Amino acid sequence: MTQGPKRLGPWLALAVFALLSVALALGLKLNPREVPSPLLGKPLPSFTLPALGAASAPVSSQQWRGQWWVLNVWASWCTPCAVEHPVLLQLAQSQRVTLVGLNYKDASPAAQTWLAQRGNPYQTVWVDTQGSVGLDLGVYGVPETYIIDPQGRVRHKHTGAVTPQWVQSTLLPLLETSRG
Amino acid sequence: MRGAWLNAVVVRTALGLAFLLPMPVVADSVLEDKVQRVAGELRCLVCQNDTIAASQAPLAVDLRNQVRRLLAQGQSEAQVLEYMTQRYGDFVRYRPPLKPSTWPLWFMPVVLLLLAGLGWWRFTRARPTGAQS
Repeated sequence: MTQGPKRLGPWLALAVFALLSVALALGLKLNPREVPSPLLGKPLPSFTLPALGAASAPVSSQQWRGQWWVLNVWASWCTPCAVEHPVLLQLAQSQRVTLVGLNYKDASPAAQTWLAQRGNPYQTVWVDTQGSVGLDLGVYGVPETYIIDPQGRVRHKHTGAVTPQWVQSTLLPLLETSRG
Repeated sequence: MRGAWLNAVVVRTALGLAFLLPMPVVADSVLEDKVQRVAGELRCLVCQNDTIAASQAPLAVDLRNQVRRLLAQGQSEAQVLEYMTQRYGDFVRYRPPLKPSTWPLWFMPVVLLLLAGLGWWRFTRARPTGAQS
């Protein structure tokens, strides 16, 4: 009886150690900033906000019902927004999907200058000076990017700068699903 | 039981920290107490180990103001917590609710402790016999 556990002991310890190592290694790979959005699979909260630049009528979030569109939350004071901007410009150029911007807690003149200098990938840019729509969307770090399906549901949310890889492996496959 | 005790410790620590911070002088101290209590229950998603009561991040300030606004409108503390959870998810709760998806979070420490205790018990019990033989 003493022989049994004695031989098993080291192996058991090794197994526990291996299990812990795997768990911790997986934990290291997780990004704590990627908090799952409670909006996933749910309709995007409906809102109406004035558009940047134009003194025209406010634009409703129902405007793009019936098609896929991408909502990008950005600000001129946000450094990673400048990093992801070329990706958005390229996406707009490819005409694969409609890009709509939400200018979050920004000064409109600064936002306009920023777009004039870097190019404007957005079909429309909403002005959310107070960040109240941002609050309804659960925005906690700009940039944030939402993929919205033709039924108006949020299908994906990305926190932080989007990358060409994100476009290839997340956005484009989602757009394909509706076509098939 | 264990959970409740743990809750009490976590909440008291969070509230204790909250009261240490300088707060703007406000007329309505009853409302402000409520705001502090709710803010102490909400996680700041920018600085994830702080509550929005303890954090000075712009988002935390925004959320505190929103909490104050909702409470001033007459919403209950539970309603405000629900409002925030709807927008930011369970993660915004500084004390995560107990439900299947959070079971590992709540019970893993206890399970690990029990396993370690079992291992230790077996180890200390096995050694004398091994030494004798």
